[in-house]
Amino acid sequence: MFSYVPIFALFLLAGGFAVFSIIAGSLTGPKRYNRAKYDAYECGIEPTPQPVGGGRFPVKYYLTAMLFIVFDIEIIFLYPWAVAYADMGVFGLVEMVLFIVTVFIAYVYVWRRGGLEWD
Amino acid sequence: MRLLAAFHAAANPNAIPAPHIEYRAILPMLIVFGVACVGVLVEAFVPRVHRAVTQTVLALAGLVAALVAVVANTGLPRRLVVQSAVAADGPTLFIQGTILALSIGALLLIADRSIGADSDFVAQAADLPGTEQERASVRAGLRQTEVFPLAMFAVAGMMLFPAANDLVLAFVALEVLSLPLYLLAGMARRRRLLSQEAAVKYFLLGAFSSAFFVYGLALVYGYAKSVEYGDIATSLTSSDRGDSLVIVGLALIGISLLFKLSGVPFHWWTPDVYQGAPTPITAFMAAGTKVAAFGALLRVFFVAFGGLAWDWRPVVWGVAIATMVVGAILGVTQTDVKRLLAYSSIAHAGFILTAFAATTRASESSVLFYLVAYGFMNIGAFAIVMLVRDADGEANHLSRWVGLGRRSPLMAGIFALFLLAMAGLPPTSGLWAKVAVFQAAYQGGAGPLVIVGVLASAVTAYYYLRIIVLMFSQEPAVEGPTVVMPGALSAAAIALGVAVTIVLGVVPQTVLDLADKAVPFLR
Repeated sequence: MFSYVPIFALFLLAGGFAVFSIIAGSLTGPKRYNRAKYDAYECGIEPTPQPVGGGRFPVKYYLTAMLFIVFDIEIIFLYPWAVAYADMGVFGLVEMVLFIVTVFIAYVYVWRRGGLEWD
Repeated sequence: MRLLAAFHAAANPNAIPAPHIEYRAILPMLIVFGVACVGVLVEAFVPRVHRAVTQTVLALAGLVAALVAVVANTGLPRRLVVQSAVAADGPTLFIQGTILALSIGALLLIADRSIGADSDFVAQAADLPGTEQERASVRAGLRQTEVFPLAMFAVAGMMLFPAANDLVLAFVALEVLSLPLYLLAGMARRRRLLSQEAAVKYFLLGAFSSAFFVYGLALVYGYAKSVEYGDIATSLTSSDRGDSLVIVGLALIGISLLFKLSGVPFHWWTPDVYQGAPTPITAFMAAGTKVAAFGALLRVFFVAFGGLAWDWRPVVWGVAIATMVVGAILGVTQTDVKRLLAYSSIAHAGFILTAFAATTRASESSVLFYLVAYGFMNIGAFAIVMLVRDADGEANHLSRWVGLGRRSPLMAGIFALFLLAMAGLPPTSGLWAKVAVFQAAYQGGAGPLVIVGVLASAVTAYYYLRIIVLMFSQEPAVEGPTVVMPGALSAAAIALGVAVTIVLGVVPQTVLDLADKAVPFLR
């Protein structure tokens, strides 16, 4: 049990810092609200008002975000492989190429079908 | 490459040994997956007018090649391959062959464009239903040909699911087979809101059931310290941990599997999804998913958790009874032919579960035989459903089927054959399939299940025969739907269904022997 004490201490520190920052911020910061300040922060499209009559809203942002995640995951797999590259040998290289090619097929599809054009 | 690897290992003392992969044993799955990937590239590079034809030829060639590879692999020794992650045994080959043959039939239905105005698939799935944009897409003759690679990915997942000998791989296979089906269910050309509703329901419930699988997997791993079926089976006799962990884990995995094969009480999605999905997709998932899910169910429960049979058998009894009763009784009240076939598929899942509950060698082979017989009658029946049309597309309401036998005796006759097969009457495959599972259940000590099964069969026979009477004994309505003549592709699918149903009904012994030789599952 004793070995967990540093982790609990870290939890306390983290929680304390969060509470302190919020309270300190609300006490000392200037309060000049305008419309932009009430918007969702960096979350793509405006959530409200909804389009009238169930109309459409653009999905461009989601498409970009999804593509980003695909490549993000790819990088996550590439890093440990790069570290252990010398030990994994030819087999690791071949498997990694196969993995990248598979992801690339999806990328080519998105590119050819206009998923990368903003308008 | 092996030489290079050896050289590399000699040079580097820290080298991680490369896993051994038996490529030939997994070749059928690699072919299907490869064809699916090429299909995506076809979508990217082939001009729109040629896509449908290219995709059809590619997918059919891939399925046939994979089937050939499965047949060629029958001579190989039964063993675990790919670091014990995949079982290359008789049931794997039998089930993969069945799935491929059924997929060829379903693909013929998917590819046929001669029925109705165009195909059963939406012109552009992203168009809002009923808008000018949708009408423009229809006028432009667009077609969502992504259906083909999606279906191929689903087939690859279906082939891997019953072959997996490792819970993590089984989960990956489950997702690979499910995700494309969620999408495909939403791509109907007509009644699009119903179709999209079906897709959302299927996705939400399916994702939920997948979560059950992962949760169960985690608990079982906590108990057995391994996710491989063989290790789990060993740990059941040797582990020093409490049984509750593994029993709860098994229950969660079981729920997920029963959801996929629509066992009661996890069947609620089935009628809605079968009704809303485009009919070729309904045929595809009704046949393929059921085969794959039952294959995986048998492998997980017999191979990994066979040691717990005393604990899970009573639950399977209960589920089997509930599934048969609900499928039979709720089927009686249905007025939509696709919903009726959905409840019929639930009842059939119950009949198969009776043999499963017996947990003998005969129950394994009888389930395999039932899956072949049931899969093909299903493909054929849904193919006929596609043909009965009026101005709004398919006429699925049973009141519209009145007198169809007078208007088109051939197609109504073929549909009657499939209904007789589902009812289990001679001279069809359904009779021997039912005899096989009930016999296995009886010999395995599940006599009470057989009694319920026979009674439920009688109830289901009532609603099948009611449709036959409806089609043949009454005069057709003046404004009734017409039966369009099938194009070459769907005619081939119907012929395949008829041929298998009759051949298995007249000379079932070959396939019965084949199923008997295929079992048992590699333990």
